[in-house]
Amino acid sequence: MCTYLTVRSALDGSAKGPGGAWFHVTDATVSFDHPVHAMAEHTLNIDLAAPADGPAARVAVELTAASARELVAAIQAALAAAPAALIG
Amino acid sequence: MSETLSARYVTFAGDGGDQVQGYLASPEGGGPRGGVVVIHHLPGFDRATKEITRRFAVLGYDALCPNLYWREAPGAAPDDAAATARAAGGVPDERLVGDVAGAAAALRSLPASNGRVGVIGYCSGGRQSVLAACSLDLDAAVDCYGAFVTGTPPEGFPLQVGDLVDRLPGLRAPLLGLFGRQDSYPGPEQVAELDAILTGHGRPHEFHSYHDAGHAFFAVDRPSYRVAAANDGWERIASFFATHLGG
Repeated sequence: MCTYLTVRSALDGSAKGPGGAWFHVTDATVSFDHPVHAMAEHTLNIDLAAPADGPAARVAVELTAASARELVAAIQAALAAAPAALIG
Repeated sequence: MSETLSARYVTFAGDGGDQVQGYLASPEGGGPRGGVVVIHHLPGFDRATKEITRRFAVLGYDALCPNLYWREAPGAAPDDAAATARAAGGVPDERLVGDVAGAAAALRSLPASNGRVGVIGYCSGGRQSVLAACSLDLDAAVDCYGAFVTGTPPEGFPLQVGDLVDRLPGLRAPLLGLFGRQDSYPGPEQVAELDAILTGHGRPHEFHSYHDAGHAFFAVDRPSYRVAAANDGWERIASFFATHLGG
């Protein structure tokens, strides 16, 4: 189904996007819905975007639910392993 | 049936008079013939939906697919436009109705039009097809596995749209519904509920549910594609539109 579910978050960072160029990302959009490309009926979809620069200014990923959970765990593990003084 | 056709981008007056992009496919020849408004799914105004639009021209109709995300992302790639529209909260129901009204008017204004226009939508567009048929003077409507026409969203589900139960008494066109019995949204119980409500209101409808199919069984570019269900579904759509849009 189309879940219509979208969760948005503000970001501050950079991503490598269209044309191989790095750009400043300001927004994340996360949804669990039909993918454009992945071979699954539903995926966890993440857009890292700079809406001020237009619709094409984004990096998109479509992950299976299991993959998305593994990514979340990896992010949390990396953050937990970093010295507190570095991550603020 | 005409396998010689033309297809092109057009602009038409949508909701509020906004100039909205659409994809128009027309068979060769002068008509008279009916028109079909094709409502794309949430992933957008994409290649697969344009292929569907051209298929309606092969079936003998002028077919117009509005780009529902044109306002948020004019000229963007379909996937980028869909991402932008999703981040903006999707398409409001009233704007959808206005855009379908404009698309139907554009089809009826074509020289070959016989004045009859139907609507079809897939996935989120299935719900929107029913919504349009409850709000506009259309001659036929097809709902391909649209969720939340009926049914209560799961508790805590942050749904951005409501069901259409209150609008169903106003359904103005015969409705063809095509569903997969393995689908959860809409599940068989929601399909049965919709069937019962329309029967109760005396609204003409014809539903078919395919045992071996789930959601999005028409989508040839997705793992959900089920060839037998899709082939039978296309035959039912062709027959339904011939009955209500032909002549």
